[in-house]
Amino acid sequence: MAKDNAFFNNPTVKWIEHRLPIFSFVDHSLGSQYPTPRNLNYWWNFGSLAGFMLVVMILSGVFLAMNYTPHVDHAFNSVERVMRDVNYGWLIRYIHMNGASMFFIVVYIHIFRGLYFGSYKPPREILWWLGIVILLLMMATAFMGYVLPWGQMSFWGATVITNLFSAIPLVGDKIVTLLWGGFSVDNATLNRFFALHYLLPFVIAGVVVLHIWALHVHGSNNPLGIDTRGPQDTIPFHPYYTIKDAFGLAVFMIIFAFVVFFAPNFFGEPDNYIPANPMVTPAHIVPEWYFLPFYAILRSITFNILFIDAKLGGVLAMFGSILILFLLPWLDTSRVRSGLFRPIFQVFYWIFFVVCLLLGWVGGQAADATVMGIPLLRIGQFCTFWYFFHFVAILPLLGWFERPRPLPISISQPVLGGGRVAAGAAAKPMEKA
Amino acid sequence: MLRMRELVLAGAVALGLAAPAMAAETLKPPAQSWSFEGLFGTYDRGALQRGYQVYKEVCAACHAMSQIRFRDLGGGSGAAHSPLVGLGYTDDEVKAIAAEYKVMDGPNDDGEMFERTARPADRFKAPFANEKAARSANNGAYPVDLSLIVEARKHGADYIYALLTGYKEPPASVKLGEGMHYNAWFPGFQIAMGAPLSDDRVTYGDGTKATVSQMAKDVSVFLAWASEPNLEQRKALGIKVILFLVILAGLLYAAKRKVWADIH
Amino acid sequence: MGSSATSPQAGHHGSGTRRDFLYLAAGGFGAVGAGAALWPFIHSMNPAADVLALASTEVDLKPIQAGQRITVTWRGKPVFIDNRTADQIKAARDVAATELPDPQTDQKRVKAGKDQWLVVLGVCTHLGCVPLGQKTGESKGEYGGWFCPCHGSHYDTSGRIRKGPAPKNLEVPEFTFVNDTLIRIG
Repeated sequence: MAKDNAFFNNPTVKWIEHRLPIFSFVDHSLGSQYPTPRNLNYWWNFGSLAGFMLVVMILSGVFLAMNYTPHVDHAFNSVERVMRDVNYGWLIRYIHMNGASMFFIVVYIHIFRGLYFGSYKPPREILWWLGIVILLLMMATAFMGYVLPWGQMSFWGATVITNLFSAIPLVGDKIVTLLWGGFSVDNATLNRFFALHYLLPFVIAGVVVLHIWALHVHGSNNPLGIDTRGPQDTIPFHPYYTIKDAFGLAVFMIIFAFVVFFAPNFFGEPDNYIPANPMVTPAHIVPEWYFLPFYAILRSITFNILFIDAKLGGVLAMFGSILILFLLPWLDTSRVRSGLFRPIFQVFYWIFFVVCLLLGWVGGQAADATVMGIPLLRIGQFCTFWYFFHFVAILPLLGWFERPRPLPISISQPVLGGGRVAAGAAAKPMEKA
Repeated sequence: MLRMRELVLAGAVALGLAAPAMAAETLKPPAQSWSFEGLFGTYDRGALQRGYQVYKEVCAACHAMSQIRFRDLGGGSGAAHSPLVGLGYTDDEVKAIAAEYKVMDGPNDDGEMFERTARPADRFKAPFANEKAARSANNGAYPVDLSLIVEARKHGADYIYALLTGYKEPPASVKLGEGMHYNAWFPGFQIAMGAPLSDDRVTYGDGTKATVSQMAKDVSVFLAWASEPNLEQRKALGIKVILFLVILAGLLYAAKRKVWADIH
Repeated sequence: MGSSATSPQAGHHGSGTRRDFLYLAAGGFGAVGAGAALWPFIHSMNPAADVLALASTEVDLKPIQAGQRITVTWRGKPVFIDNRTADQIKAARDVAATELPDPQTDQKRVKAGKDQWLVVLGVCTHLGCVPLGQKTGESKGEYGGWFCPCHGSHYDTSGRIRKGPAPKNLEVPEFTFVNDTLIRIG
């Protein structure tokens, strides 16, 4: 279809196409030649939004780097110079600083969409893995970026997180010294964090290419979780999803702009406007909000497990909470992808969701806080237990015990279990395709 | 059904995000009304200039503001004048303010450091040479740099105002440390800084009565400006950007409806 | 690419016009927005407020003897200040400006009544090297002014290009006499 339209008949386009078929490559990747399930809902917008945020972060980051000095004596002041003297520096920094939060919001929604609609199930396991790799890289990048302004939270965040590695038996302390390039978080640490913070986003971009490549092999999953069975089930990505993504992007940018222009320090901590002081730890040190659930898991292991002491146990639990996602395609034994047809799964999904929110909330509180007489530590420990219980017990067992609702025959025939309306509904898209 | 539940849960996500910010509070100072709050908020130039006077005549004896340059006080002059920056002083007024101070410069051709009259590009002069000198002159306490104090404290200007007006007789149960003062809003309630303000501590040029609460309010506004001198430009630009995006979203929604008309 | 997707509905004329208008409006609006969004990023590379604020410098002329040249730094570049002798001024004024590669009279390059003070940027107008001639013993070129060693440009005692590849005279920066012995450059 695309081959015979006006664009591809343009002589210049033909000349280029003959030598570098870039236009048909785009057309097959994100254009009219990429068949996409016709029933994707707005939760499917968040993948392209995440891609947009990666571009925004790299662009704003490059311009910030032009004015940033990675030295303990100058870092804080160079950031303040960006805020006060560089033309629109305040705007670029607020975009970058809040962009990190927006990026994580978008990616977390993208992940929870995948969890609900079973996007990790065959044949999309590698696609899912690549997504987890991106998440881990994002976390490393965000953590190192937060160190760069060299405020109090930067310094103490860096100190606490790098000290996690000291929990590793035997070589832990050596690894920490290696990470620091010295005997405390200091100039060498700041320098290497800046170098890596600049590098990792491009690694992320590379993994994103693999992620999209893997996506294109079998195409997008869809809310019904059933495979597309032919052209009647799909519509071309362009213009249908390009325009839908563009609209979603505009709405997202309204929210993003509101934060940048009217609440730029909403996600931040006041302590990071105090220059780093290696002699004084702030009263409440908390990581950025997007790390809070993992921070809560880390803090909830306060007891030794067999030969593993509490410190190492916390670190293992924290990393394990992400790494367990790699096994998810096999832990979920149900052959039905979409949660729409799994009544019991839905209940546990939302419980899991609330558990994650609770973990985030607990992670932001003081370690010894209580609510209505219940120590938050206990709530955190219960939620940590449930987090893992969900993956290692509930999901495997549900596959055996749950009776899913009947699946529709095809996407273009979405009436459950019957075919009465289906014929008419299926006919129309067929003409289009 | 699902839609509804998703909406509710999206709301829960938003609340979940807000919760950590609201939690971990011990003291929440009463909220004052500030002219720089809200979508269209701007700084009150009169309050800024009075607040600067309070800083200059009271706070500056101990507190540095190392991020602020004299030129920040002005809004430029002539065609380049912007009402959205500075305290509303003209370039000549800024030069006159700077000229009241001497700063160290050098080395000169003989290799000597020398004192010269401050220029607008110079930073506010710090009262002490370094932190150790500041501590030794202040009984071991360090008077913090005030450049970013409003952004560096929870509740920002509300906290500064509450602190400056929060000096009280200590309750019987409190045993004050030596050289310490009771303040109802300072974490731990004991602060090394004595009450800096008293009625008529400064004489305002514009005839405003210099009560403690008036001076505390003015200097809070000034410190808020010092923390974020670009606040007004940020908000003015933000209104335009959001209006633009709302129209763009509307157009794209209409276009999306058209494109999808034959699918639904 | 757009036309391929819209072709199926090409039959409906009335709605087609409205649809095309919508696409154009949305696309145009988006393009304008994207363009406008680039400006803050580009503008951030222009000189920042602190750079502009330091863009003027004051120089005390008292210590400079007649016939002596000094170099000061302004905006990160060298500025040559020359207290010219009567001979040097005469040499600069004896030549007809119209015969020069970049015609300009010496009078136009100095402040009236302060004819001995020549203030020029010490940056060759060819490709930006710093010409020789400030220190005693350095080549002053064939015209007694400055000589750029990079590509052989000769400047006269008014800093005007006389020979070599440079297209223009040494630039006279904006400067004013604050009083008889103090100038402010910039």
